[in-house]
Amino acid sequence: MRVPDKMGHFGAYGGRYVSETLMPSLLELENAYNHYKNNPDFKKELNYYLKQYVGRETPLYFAERFTEHLGGPKVYLKREDLNHTGAHKINNTIGQILLAKRMGKTRIIAETGAGQHGVATATVAALSGLECVIYMGTEDIKRQSINVFRMKLLGAQVKPVSSGSNTLKDAMNEALRDWITNVRNTFYIIGSVAGPHPYPVMVRDFQKVIGEETKRQILAQENKLPDYLVACVGGGSNAIGIYYPFIKYKQVKMIGVEAAGKGLRSGKHSASICAGKIGVLHGNKNYLLQDKYGQIKSAHSIAAGLDYPGVGPEHCYLHDLKRIHYVSVTDKEALHALETLTLTEGIMPALESAHALAYVMKLSKRLQKDKIIVVNLSGRGDKDIHIVADVMGVKI
Amino acid sequence: MSKISRTFEKLRSEGRKALIPFITAGYPDINTTEKFIYELEKSGADLIELGVPFSDPMADGPVIQMASERSLANGTNLKTILELVKKVRTKTEIPIILMGYYNPFFIYGLKRFSRDANDAGVDGILIVDLPPEEAGEMKAQTDSAGLDIIFLLAPTSDNKRINLITKNATGFIYYVSLTGVTGVRSELDRDIRKQITKIRRKTNLPIGVGFGISSPVHAKRVAKWADAVVVGSAIIKIVENSSSKKQMVQRVSKFVNDLKKAMG
Repeated sequence: MRVPDKMGHFGAYGGRYVSETLMPSLLELENAYNHYKNNPDFKKELNYYLKQYVGRETPLYFAERFTEHLGGPKVYLKREDLNHTGAHKINNTIGQILLAKRMGKTRIIAETGAGQHGVATATVAALSGLECVIYMGTEDIKRQSINVFRMKLLGAQVKPVSSGSNTLKDAMNEALRDWITNVRNTFYIIGSVAGPHPYPVMVRDFQKVIGEETKRQILAQENKLPDYLVACVGGGSNAIGIYYPFIKYKQVKMIGVEAAGKGLRSGKHSASICAGKIGVLHGNKNYLLQDKYGQIKSAHSIAAGLDYPGVGPEHCYLHDLKRIHYVSVTDKEALHALETLTLTEGIMPALESAHALAYVMKLSKRLQKDKIIVVNLSGRGDKDIHIVADVMGVKI
Repeated sequence: MSKISRTFEKLRSEGRKALIPFITAGYPDINTTEKFIYELEKSGADLIELGVPFSDPMADGPVIQMASERSLANGTNLKTILELVKKVRTKTEIPIILMGYYNPFFIYGLKRFSRDANDAGVDGILIVDLPPEEAGEMKAQTDSAGLDIIFLLAPTSDNKRINLITKNATGFIYYVSLTGVTGVRSELDRDIRKQITKIRRKTNLPIGVGFGISSPVHAKRVAKWADAVVVGSAIIKIVENSSSKKQMVQRVSKFVNDLKKAMG
């Protein structure tokens, strides 16, 4: 079976569950994307900006002291934290803004949780001279004040959203409402492999550069493919980005790490695959945190970028196929991993990426030393310094 | 022929247009919703849209968002709404349409929902985030249960989509009057008449118009072109601004009566 099908279904997941007002725009976007994705000029321009502006390719770094500390297999870090703006998010926003310009759209909107996607969107909007509005939950604005100010400096208007849980899902609702209202001139840059078709496919395609580079780099350094790929999964864009080029290599095991927050049993977590049920939200069918009546529950994670009650449809599909194994780690485990990597390597990961590292710390105990693990270090931790300080009881 | 179709047929033969008030089920509470249904009918409603609250109402403005949140906080769900419909069916035969978002229906189970809704006396459903492309399973169930399934058309819909939607719809077509979310507006969109003319060329189904219709003046203008006028946020706003349940019922009744009179 070819996935997704023409309507954007990954098996039972995905699709286009939106109000009629948006359907013509999604079809327009799909046509434009299909037209440009193989267009030599578009590809040339995208590659130019990825290299000269984003700073690709990013290194694949052998974390020797972290590996020694764990005493298990070799751990490599794919350094997406070294991208311009500090995370993988810009791989996608640069692609979408080039598309927006070719489609003649004059106004950019986006939702953001941690603020990384908001910053990455505001950045490319500044680069292109387009008007930019970012929706962000009031709870996240409190947690990520530095990113809020960054977006404002970049010329974006940050609109606070105070409905529901005041986090990412509510910001996405509000962005969709804006899009319904201003659909004719506005391009909605979705930051994850979520949302209605064609977003999950398009965002994956813009992020798969992570995996393509990783494959070349690991072959050059180790002369073989990795045994494990580990990435954190909120919506799942950094994870699908590193996995996608490896999916056909059955010997490469893949692990997606969800946020268990205060523990799966506490009800305060963001583990949609590990603890959710299939449903429909934000334009696609996927695993969702919801009550028995189909009302969406708010997610919790110390990492604002994982704080989303759903997950990309392709992840749901790969989970059902058992191609990717999904696990979860708690806030506490992620914090411990953040400290460990910072102390052993001098690299401070984002709290999101620290979830992947935390699982690696567990996994390495069970594996032989000759195995190779590649972790997608999707973002840097600067934005989280005050959260970490807060937990440690340090005032800064 | 469905009850909704018969209602439109009768109105057409009398040269009248349908007034369809929207209220969020369970706001301010389920008992008041019951009272509203009886009072709306007395005040001139021809059909009633009952909003099924959802935690993430992406096509709704602040007024209906607030009503949905309050209703959910009261513990409203599809089951309690179907019980309510069953209860009002002992006193009124006015056609009732459930309007909401897909997930609560999906979780209830499409087959079970269609059967239970029909048993309870629901006449049709309108699911905002279920375009015909994704509605196959739902439509199979509603068709076999004898429920109408109403689809939206929007100002952005082109001829191809108008064809697709008119082919799938039963009961009537709901034309969204503007590019935007539900809410109270001061002006009507300028293209309503043009779009209705375009849709009429493709279908004999009645056409209702909703979103942003906020006053008797609006209702009067839209009724000239459309077969039905849907008014939602303006009614919810009255409920929100009333100081007692008695007052809200009185004020809503008067408003609906004014709308009806304006439509002639």
